[in-house]
Amino acid sequence: MTVLGPLLRTRTSVVWLVLTLATVLSWALGHNHGGHTLTALAIIVIAIVKVRFVGLYFMELRAAPIVLRGIVEAYCAVVGLTLAVLYLLT
Amino acid sequence: MITLAPRLDGRPTPQRRHVPGEEGVWIFIFGDMTIFAVLFATFLHYRSRNPQLFNQSQQALNPVFGAVNTLLLLLSSLLVVTAISAMRAKITGIAPLLIAGAIGCGLCFSVLKVIEYRHKIDAGITPQTNEFFMYYFVLTGLHWFHLIIGLGVLTYLLWTSRKPALTAKQFSWVEGGGCFWHMVDLLWIVLFPLLYLIA
Repeated sequence: MTVLGPLLRTRTSVVWLVLTLATVLSWALGHNHGGHTLTALAIIVIAIVKVRFVGLYFMELRAAPIVLRGIVEAYCAVVGLTLAVLYLLT
Repeated sequence: MITLAPRLDGRPTPQRRHVPGEEGVWIFIFGDMTIFAVLFATFLHYRSRNPQLFNQSQQALNPVFGAVNTLLLLLSSLLVVTAISAMRAKITGIAPLLIAGAIGCGLCFSVLKVIEYRHKIDAGITPQTNEFFMYYFVLTGLHWFHLIIGLGVLTYLLWTSRKPALTAKQFSWVEGGGCFWHMVDLLWIVLFPLLYLIA
């Protein structure tokens, strides 16, 4: 634990906690939400924000060259928008 | 450019922008993420053509499996990040334990996947049942295939992390392997709500 302490006292650990709580929130929102459009859109947005956090913090792309970071930012924007539009087309 | 200057918390030094892993690994990772993005969009496109069938079929899924698997992959990602930080900071002994923990999470994911598939098949649900279940089995199966490859990658990381010292090249492969595992996590983060939650 003495060794793990400094390794876990990072922003990445806080991000992990946020991602875990966001998963529980999505699960609660998705449970019997009865097909409400706003709830479904919120679930999509939460998923994309989580993807961005995994890219920036777990994959360490926040400290990567701009091109690499830009690709993951663009991926989140394009995939998020596409999924939201396709859902709304239902 | 690889920066290996150790910090107490094992994070890369901030002075220079750093590519985690071999550059070629990123072509593979972004390529895979793009293929999955097309599959996500295709799933929602077909859902929009028959929402009633997709919503009814979704009722047969147990979101507990999906949620627990998401939490297992998130935990495994934290363990891999911490293991790589330990290796970067040249703290010996802890990284193999952390990577073994991540492998354990991946194995638990696989066991839950087998149980989940078994429940479906016992209930007479197969990829031939309807369009929703065709996508369910294809998307989750393809993701599981990536996870199994990821377990192989983590086994390489486990073996490498036991070495007393790594060359810059070896460390670069470790970082790339870690990023591949995070991609497995990232893809499931989208698959879970898409298949189990959105109605």
